[in-house]
Amino acid sequence: MSGLEFSDLTVRYGHGASAHTAVDGFQLTVRPGTSHGLVGESGSGKSTVAAAAVGLVLPSAGSITLDGADIVGRSAAARRARRRVQLVFQDPYSALDPRMPIGSSIAEGTRATQRKWSRPEQRDRVAELLERVHIDPERAGELPSAFSGGQRQRITIARALAAEPSVLIADEITSALDVSVQGVVLNLLRELQRELELTVLFISHNLAVVNYMCDSVSVMQGGKVVEAGPTSTVLAAPEDAYTRELLASVPVMGRRMTWDDEQPGA
Amino acid sequence: MSPRPTASPLLDRLRTPRGVTGAVGALAIIVVAVIAPTVWGSAADTTSVADRLTGASLAHPFGTDELGRDVFARVMVATRVSVLLTLGATAISVIGGVLLGAVATVLPRPIRRLVTALIDILLSFPWLLMALFFSVIWGASATGAMLAVGFAGVPTFARLTYTLASSLVGRDYVKAARIAGVGQVEVLVKHVLPNMLPPMLVNAAVSASGTLLAFAGLSFLGLGVQAPEYDWGRLLGLGIARIYGNPMAAIGPGIALVVCGVIFTQLGELWNESSKRLLGLPAPVRRGPGVSVQPLAEPTAPEEPVVQVRDLRVAFPDRNGDLVERVHGISLTIMPGEVVGVVGESGSGKSVSAMAIAALLGPDSAVTASELSFRGIDMTAPLTNAERSRLGLELAMVFQDPLTSLNPSLSIGKQLRETVEVHEGLSKAASTKRAEEALESVRIPLAAKRLRQYPHELSGGMRQRAMIGMGLMGRPKLLIADEPTTALDVTVQRQVLRVLHEAQLRTGAAILLISHDIALVSGFCDRILVMKDGRIVESLDADRLHEARHPYTQGLIACVPDMTSDRTMPLPVIGALGALRQGQEPLVEGPDGERLTTTEGQRA
Repeated sequence: MSGLEFSDLTVRYGHGASAHTAVDGFQLTVRPGTSHGLVGESGSGKSTVAAAAVGLVLPSAGSITLDGADIVGRSAAARRARRRVQLVFQDPYSALDPRMPIGSSIAEGTRATQRKWSRPEQRDRVAELLERVHIDPERAGELPSAFSGGQRQRITIARALAAEPSVLIADEITSALDVSVQGVVLNLLRELQRELELTVLFISHNLAVVNYMCDSVSVMQGGKVVEAGPTSTVLAAPEDAYTRELLASVPVMGRRMTWDDEQPGA
Repeated sequence: MSPRPTASPLLDRLRTPRGVTGAVGALAIIVVAVIAPTVWGSAADTTSVADRLTGASLAHPFGTDELGRDVFARVMVATRVSVLLTLGATAISVIGGVLLGAVATVLPRPIRRLVTALIDILLSFPWLLMALFFSVIWGASATGAMLAVGFAGVPTFARLTYTLASSLVGRDYVKAARIAGVGQVEVLVKHVLPNMLPPMLVNAAVSASGTLLAFAGLSFLGLGVQAPEYDWGRLLGLGIARIYGNPMAAIGPGIALVVCGVIFTQLGELWNESSKRLLGLPAPVRRGPGVSVQPLAEPTAPEEPVVQVRDLRVAFPDRNGDLVERVHGISLTIMPGEVVGVVGESGSGKSVSAMAIAALLGPDSAVTASELSFRGIDMTAPLTNAERSRLGLELAMVFQDPLTSLNPSLSIGKQLRETVEVHEGLSKAASTKRAEEALESVRIPLAAKRLRQYPHELSGGMRQRAMIGMGLMGRPKLLIADEPTTALDVTVQRQVLRVLHEAQLRTGAAILLISHDIALVSGFCDRILVMKDGRIVESLDADRLHEARHPYTQGLIACVPDMTSDRTMPLPVIGALGALRQGQEPLVEGPDGERLTTTEGQRA
């Protein structure tokens, strides 16, 4: 079990006058074995936080640590520590190489373990992972196009698991899926978290899904955390005005929308 | 259903007319190149003074040359040299270009910039100039010409490689490999180069037919193949000299060049289409046979529905040109001012149905209905000008992505004014005034300024509201909104829905709202139609959602977590055949997993 900690994380894109601060002094501690939700609208910096944690972007300031070990930068130690943080992408259609059999994609994930894998070991591991995500291991040789969106998303989860991560970052993993498939993927993620004692950072714009999936939650706006705490507290009794607006905007099944509240003009 | 990738798409493609042409043509070239020197070799080299400079005849289809050699035989024999030189030069261009381009992608940034600048400079030189330059270096010989043409093509492929690689490097699967610790060079070899193959092959094939001509040109100029060797270019040059005596001596090699060039291009197309299908991209569809539609003539009642649809069926041709029905006979009625929602998952036919109602489906589709009318206008028959005009003013559509449905090169004002200027003949001043009012009514402040702006200057939510404003310019009786808020954040979604709601209140227009989000539809609409697999499985009042009878509707309602979902229980899951089941037992798919998961969204 391990804890993921962001302190004063700042990420800037561009230089000079066109520079844009995507994440601005971001603070977050995900306690080991829990799942933490990160909600906010597009452009709030959620995905940049994820990209920084897995080393796809380099922070301008601040630190990210896993069990106290620094996971930022190009040093060998940081790289090694970083492999224990894996990311599942939003769009299962672009997250798998269309010309690579899914088994090989998953096998590639085992690289992150930094151990030597023999061919049979690798094959067994791929079969085991496919079974874990409830996909027939016999289909390891097929290409991504033979699978539906929900199945592909489960395959990308298997690839992330191949790295034997202690932290899984799920970046909007169900927003490209139909609702009937969303449930399958969410159930799977919960099951895996429980069985593998994973620490999960769950990024979503869907408050209901976060409410269902997460123990605690941070609400982001403009690269900053505006409110954080246990999910039940934050979503039931939000203190921040933005969190309240976010909650009020979510359509609720079977409840007629009302329009008498004040509306910002643009 | 996506094609099974285990069956080779190239083999599939070979069974089409184009595939057969390409394959037979390629085979013919190879056979001729291999056997020609044996079969026609002696005829091509035997000189006969008696037969010199004859015209075309049965014995000598292309006539003979000044030494009495049969030109047809010489054209056939020249196939090998011409094709080999072409393939050699193309190979040099492709291999050199891919290497240079691939190396450029992995270089550190400053050096990369230098290399790409160099490639760009080389690209701006005409290839002939480069070829002439290289000819000087390697001398005027066949090998020299091959190297010259080959190297002259390197910058084109280097640029193509660099551009493709740069776009592929941003894909999620490349990021995933990097996160797993796969090195830069290995990512290039395993993920980037294989995915670059299809466009590369197409370009290589097209470039091969260009190279063929380039050789003909060089040999024609005396810079390529030297006597006594000959290729088509040299034969062409010799034939041209006496084109008035025996035109076939020039036309013959010309035919060989054209046929060979066309076959190369066909092979490129073949690759192109088969790889498109491998990647799940739609191949161009052949137009299906038109299905006759039954006209209707029914008296219009006083309280006439806005939309009346009975037994609407829509079919599209699949990749073999066979019609596949996607909407299987739906019926619906929308009364004036009614707000109707259509809910369904991807592939359920909800958007297609809406497009059919608005008569916006392309010519590929086959739409049939025993009735399909909008305010008395028969939408299945060709529209008269008056009907088209009424439709333009009374029917408005809002699409998911306003950035693609608004024209990026026209100002917002121009696009808003268009309908009323065309259909109502309003002056520019009057239409501008109305456009300002329309923008104000969709809560866009500073309307006069916004009208002069272009779509990219507005935020996503504002563009969508401008789109609704455009619908308000006429006298809307029906607003069809197809996933109007799917690409938007929840707070912006609410603003857009509010504007839609106010527009409905003000104009009394009916609304057909299409969405995958049953919570949104239940909160916004009066009536909900649930679609699955091209059928309306249930129609119910929005406030009676809890009385849903159809298992699929019940499943849709239950499987979405809401703020009250029990965290200790797994989410219910819609299983096979749309039936709901509690997700206790893990979902295991056998080899027939395809069938088990038919409810999973196949991307349309």
